[in-house]
This record gives sequence, structure tokens and C-alpha cells, in this order.
Amino acid sequence: MRDIGRTVSFSPWPYLEALANPWIAGGVVLLAVWFLSQLSLLSWVDLSYFLPVTSVSYVLTAMLGKFFLDERVSFLRWTGIGLITLGVVVVGRTTPRTTSSHGPPGARK
Amino acid sequence: MRWVLVGVIVLCNSAGDILNTMGMRRHGEVHEFHPGALGRLVATLSRNLFVIGGIVANALSFFALLALLSIASLSFSIPATAMSFLLETALAKYLLKEHVGWKRWAGALLVVGGVVLLAL
Repeated sequence: MRDIGRTVSFSPWPYLEALANPWIAGGVVLLAVWFLSQLSLLSWVDLSYFLPVTSVSYVLTAMLGKFFLDERVSFLRWTGIGLITLGVVVVGRTTPRTTSSHGPPGARK
Repeated sequence: MRWVLVGVIVLCNSAGDILNTMGMRRHGEVHEFHPGALGRLVATLSRNLFVIGGIVANALSFFALLALLSIASLSFSIPATAMSFLLETALAKYLLKEHVGWKRWAGALLVVGGVVLLAL
């Protein structure tokens, strides 16, 4: 978005133009993969379980930044990584699903 | 303008995730991931109004985030929008009737705190 510049518009055209940027387009493709994976996981577990547990992606992003982009991870960020990890562990010890599935007959439980 | 966009992101992201969850509960569990099954899944979900509504809400949230990132720093944008975690946890308890005990609340708060620190 830094390449595109200031983009605050209620018209769809600036956003469509942003999609012509290869970085943005690549991100959109990965988002599509992510979205299908998210929907599949939401069919198995509670939303309140899904949200914290999948937040491990923040930790992964920080680690990738450190090891592949040689980014400096400050003490505050290490603390943040620790808090997120602890949150994932705490929620991970709960039952993933506390509601019943309302899928169509024959859907796997 | 920044806070308007933050509000749009938080509300639309929360609404999108709630609608997606409701839609996937009606669909049933997904267990097949080969290309044919994924194609059928996409075709089925394209007729699921909850999932379509969730996609629209998530898309609004995404474009609002792009707009916010073009006028505000990442260190402001990410913590501000992390508040959607707490809203979604509350909505999961009261709208989706999930059992949200102290562990899930604690987990949500820990994650929000961690996300805020990561963005600093």
C-alpha cells in the first residue's frame, strides 16, 4: 500500500487499481487459500477457540521477519510473542467445540 | 478518519467471522480437500447466504484496513483493530451460544495484549 499511496476513497476504482500491483495480487491469492482453510476449520471448532489458536500466525510472522528479513525483535515484541503463545496454550487446553453441529443429514460429525 | 476506519474494521471483521461461523455450522463439517471436493465446497458455499454475508463483511473490513494502512502506521492500525478479538469472543458467547469460560477469555486477553506489544 505504500507503493500505491494514500487511498481513502468510497469509489471502488482505486482499490481495483491496487489489485494490479503484483504484491497485492499475490496477497489476495494467499488470502483465498487462507479463507477456505478458515471456513473448513470453523466447521469443526468454536469461533472463540478458533480466534486465539490461529493467532499463532502473529508469532510466525515475527519469526519469519527475524530469520528471513533480519528484522530486530525488541524485548517488547518478544514479550508480545510470549503472551500470544501463552494465550494459544491456555485456549488450546479447552474443548474445541462446545456447540452441536447443525449440518445437513449425513454430514460428518 | 482513522478512528472511523478502525470502527469499520472492527465491526465488519466481527460480523464477518460470526456470519461465516453460522454459515459453516449450517453446512456441516468439511473433511475432504481434494480439488473436486473443494470445487463442490465453493459451489455449495456460494449459495450459503451467511457465508456470502460474511465474505462481504470481511471484504469491507479488508478494504478499510488497506485504506487505514495508507494513512496510518502499522503500529497504530494493528493494535486498534485487535479489539475485534474481544468483541468476537463476546459475540461468540451471546450470539453463537458457545461456552466461553475463563480460559477462553484469558486466552483472548493474552492474545490482544501480545498483538499490541508486537505492533510497538
